[in-house]
Formats: sequence, structure tokens, C-alpha cells
Amino acid sequence: MKEAVSALIRKDLRLELRSFESVPAMLMFSLSAFVLFRFGLDRSSLAGDLAAGVLWVTLLLAAVLGMNRLFVAEREQGGFDGFLMAPVDRTALFVSKAVVLFCFLLAVELVAVPAFVVLLLGPGAGQLLPELLAVLLLADVGIAVVGTLVAALGVQTRARDLIIPLMALPLLVPVVIASAQATAPLLAARGAEAFPERWLAVLALYDAVFGLLAYAVFDFLLED
Amino acid sequence: MTFGRGLRALSIASAVLITGAFALVFFYAPNDADQGFVQKIFYVHVPMAIVALCGFVAGGIYGIRHLRSGDRADDLRSYVAIHISLVLAVGVLITGSLWARAAWGQWWVWDEPTLVSFLIVFLLYACYQPLRFSIEDPARQARYASVFAIVAGAFVPLNFMAVRMAESLVHPRVLGTTGGAMPGDMRITFLLALAGMACLFVTLWKYELASKSATIQLRSLKRRLAGDDALAPLQRSSAPQRL
Repeated sequence: MKEAVSALIRKDLRLELRSFESVPAMLMFSLSAFVLFRFGLDRSSLAGDLAAGVLWVTLLLAAVLGMNRLFVAEREQGGFDGFLMAPVDRTALFVSKAVVLFCFLLAVELVAVPAFVVLLLGPGAGQLLPELLAVLLLADVGIAVVGTLVAALGVQTRARDLIIPLMALPLLVPVVIASAQATAPLLAARGAEAFPERWLAVLALYDAVFGLLAYAVFDFLLED
Repeated sequence: MTFGRGLRALSIASAVLITGAFALVFFYAPNDADQGFVQKIFYVHVPMAIVALCGFVAGGIYGIRHLRSGDRADDLRSYVAIHISLVLAVGVLITGSLWARAAWGQWWVWDEPTLVSFLIVFLLYACYQPLRFSIEDPARQARYASVFAIVAGAFVPLNFMAVRMAESLVHPRVLGTTGGAMPGDMRITFLLALAGMACLFVTLWKYELASKSATIQLRSLKRRLAGDDALAPLQRSSAPQRL
């Protein structure tokens, strides 16, 4: 299981490094969205809950782009058949894909969050880096788990690009609620306010519930 | 398959229960002290919402059973439960909107967590039919739909918790009347309305199951009699077409 997972992760990361299909697109999308928000809201700097909302909506929509591409190579190049013929646990595919999506999200955020701070965040806002990091990591786990499940559900349908966002966005509303609520005080204009830890607990609970759920049902998406 | 068993008794029971509930609503339950007559929409709206949510969760439970047994009938049960719950959910959103307009002066109120969570759940389940429709292979359609039903069924309570937590607790809880604070005569009326709505749901569910399975059986009988050529090919559909 461990070897299969690491082999699959290496395969996907190498594929991404050679083709640059997902991460640059997600990143460009995030930057364009920041520019759109700047003019759509007609504000040159944001703070507090508005900043948190812009950041999380952008990251979530960028993640949806990644989900849309997550299983495309498997479907179009026969990767599913190859994987099913290999004598490994089917859960390995789920774990590896979730880890890969998580890595993609981290890579995007590594650039997009600093860009957000430079482009949109008002002066004085945005301290408490460790707390922000904790929110980002927990939210990424949730997005990666749910995104992988939804991508696997949607990739075999005819209207893949439509079905995946339609399913993913309502499922991820709790993640946006929790992360935006947790991030808003960190981005407040007059320095950070008290950090609401309970939202981290909500995110962790969400991750755990959907992680177990996806682990339980993913095998059925591969049967053929 | 004998989905139609007990349908007559169920139909009569739901007719009696719903008539009785409406009689109580109009002639027995007192007018609400704050909202007056308008509050009576509560006896339609809240039972409908509870039954719809239970129907969604039931769809998930039948989804689990389908994945475990591979029985197509369980997929049909799950599909019909979610389908009827979706119809009820539209009713819930409309009656909720009317009530909000009458009680709070606005068609939509974002700081009422129950409303918002229900909308999110509705949006999620609105993808159920398109998902089924866009998968052609019937076995895969049933399996994928079951996976969706399970995930969405588990999402329902989690979503309600998250949205409720997002509320600052200063908002007056008008819906708090659903809790223990309801006076006795209102509670009896409400419970009867809930029972009537639940009974109506089960009746409709069984009717739809009986109708769908009769269509499927009729088709297979026709095929046995006249051969494959006599039948028009199956159209693509989001509903299960085989048992």
C-alpha cells in the first residue's frame, strides 16, 4: 500500500513537472481573480472578513480547476485500467490523488497568498502567520479529500467539467464558512484580533468525517 | 417485486392524517401571539422540511444497501426517495420564503441558519439528477449515484452544524417555537402535521416505486413475448431503467 501510494504520487508529480497542466493554471486563475475582485469591489485594499472572503473564494475556485484535471490522464490514457490490473489496494489511488491535490493546493498558495497580501491586503493587516498556516493546512486537507472524491465521481460522466464544480461547491461550503471565519480576525485592519480556535476544530472534524467517508466509498468508483 | 403492497391502507392513512392535521391547524391551534394567522404556514413548512431531510438521509441509507448488496431495487428506492425529497425541498424553500416575507418583511434572510443550510443542501442535491443523467452505463450509474447519495446524506447534518455555528447568537430565534417552548395544543397539531407529511411521503414513494417497477417489468415481459425488435430502444434517463 505504502509503495503503491508513493509510486502513484511520484508519477503524478513527475507528470505535473513535465506538462505543467494544473498548478500554473490554478495560479494564473487566482491572480486574475484578485485583479477581478479589486475592480469588482472597487477597493484597492481589503481587510477583515472581506479580505478573508476574497481569499477563500478565490482559492476554492482555483482548487476546482485542479479537481477538473485530477483524473483526466487516468481516464483518457487508460490509467484506470492499468491501475485496476495492478495487484494493489484500490484505496492507494484515492490516497495518492488526495495527496497530489493537497500538494497542488500548497504550491498554489505558496505564491497566491503572498500575492494576495501584496496586492490586496491593507497595511497593518495580516499578522499571526502560524494561525493562518494552520487554517490553510486544515482547509487544504478538506478540499483535497472532497475534491478527490468528487473528481472521481465526475470524471466518468459525459459533462465532467460541469458536474464536478456543481457537486464540489456546495460540499465545500462548510470549509469556506470555517476558514473565512477563522481567517477574518487574522486579517483585521488594526492588527490581528483574538483567533477563534473553534473553527479549527470544525475544519478538523470536517476533514475527519469526509476522509473516513471517502475512504469507505472510493473503492466503488473503480469497480468495473 | 411487490412494491405496491399496502398502498391502499397507506393512501387512506395519509389522507386522514393530513385532513385531520389541517382541521386542527385551522380550527384548534391558537393563533400565534406575535405573528397571528401567518404563523400557520409553520404546520406545512416545518414538517415538509423535516420529511425532506429525512428523505435525503434515507436515500443515503438505501445507497449503502445498494453498494453492499448490488441490488438494483435498492438503487431505485434511493433514487425515488431523493427525487421526492427534492420536490418537497422546492416546496420548503417557497413556503419558507413566504413565511419570511410575512414574518420578517423580507423574502430571504441570510442570518437564519436553518434557511441557509437548507438552501445549500438543496443546491447539492440538485446535482443528483444531472449526475445520473450523464452516466450511461446502468450499473455504473447506480453505483455512482449511491456513492453520491451516501456522501450527501452525511453532509446534511455536518452542514447544518457549520452554518448554525457561523451565526452570531444575537438573532432572535423565531423558529425556537419548534423546540420545547411550544404550547401543548400547537405541539399536538404540529406532531399530527408531521405524521401526515411523513405518511404522505411514504405513500408517494411507494406509488412511484410501484409505477417504476411496473414499467420495467412490462418492458421485460414485452421483450420476452415479441423479442428485442418490438421494443423501442431505451432513452437516456436519470431514473433506473432496469431491475
